Amino acid sequence: MRKAANDISRCVACGVCALQCPRGAIDIYRGCYAVVDVKTCVGCGICEKACPAGSIRVKETEEASK
Amino acid sequence: MKTKAKKGHWYDYLWIWSIVYFALGFFNILFAWLGLIDFVLPLIFAIVGGNKWFCNHMCGRGQLFWVLGRNLKCSRRKQAPKWISSKWFRYGFLTFFMTMFGTMIFQTYLVFSGAESLRKAVKLFWTFKVPWKWAYNGSVFPDWVAQFGFGFYSLMLTSTLIGLIMMVLYKERTWCSFCPMGTMTQGICKIKAKEKEIDHDVK
Ligand code: SF4
Ligand code: SF4
Ligand code: SF4
Repeated sequence: MRKAANDISRCVACGVCALQCPRGAIDIYRGCYAVVDVKTCVGCGICEKACPAGSIRVKETEEASK
Repeated sequence: MKTKAKKGHWYDYLWIWSIVYFALGFFNILFAWLGLIDFVLPLIFAIVGGNKWFCNHMCGRGQLFWVLGRNLKCSRRKQAPKWISSKWFRYGFLTFFMTMFGTMIFQTYLVFSGAESLRKAVKLFWTFKVPWKWAYNGSVFPDWVAQFGFGFYSLMLTSTLIGLIMMVLYKERTWCSFCPMGTMTQGICKIKAKEKEIDHDVK
């Protein structure tokens, strides 16, 4: 299953991804970085297209496919 | 596993404020002081709340780049080079920006102390002087108040222009990936989050 994953070392916590996510799957954790709720994420990639730092990416995840 | 409903909020329209701000300052430079709100509010959110709620929801500038870049298609929407959002560039730019801010305060002080007289000009990209005479014809305030206005307006205009260039060349809100306010508030939030985690471990 494809899910968004964030590289928190590069995230600038601007919140653009969270605003754009149609599922509301993203939260900005204490103003530090974006956290994706993988249960809610449908892997649409809208956040990836919006992210100015290029830190959030949609990737294939194994454990979610169960 | 609940999804948040997408609702409209009054603060979704703050991009209008960032246009109004520059318009007001065009006619009277004293309005430039209002820009301090955009400096103080994000810091209050970060220091008191430990969050980036300002950036995440109510920054008019970020919204403006989105409205122009995405809705009006003025952006190439290409990924900017990685170094632009790297830590050394972000903190380097923040340092540069604060130095320039300090210089501007010093300039204000020189006018306050009478060492220099008021210069009715806006300085773009910290280099190009643009005459801005029409925006000030004296007021009840002393000259240094206007000098700060010109200086602060220059800073706001310059950073918005840089942001617009980045918006056109790269992704809509590329400016946000190295915006000094964004870097500063995230830095504060990271320190605060660490403190909280330590508190947690102790208990
Ligand atoms: S991939 Fe789509 S659903 Fe998942 S976090 Fe990004 S925008 Fe939201
Ligand atoms: S858009 Fe990118 S940089 Fe901004 S909060 Fe989301 S993941 Fe982080
Ligand atoms: S990073 Fe700067 S421009 Fe972007 S939302 Fe935050 S304060 Fe506004």
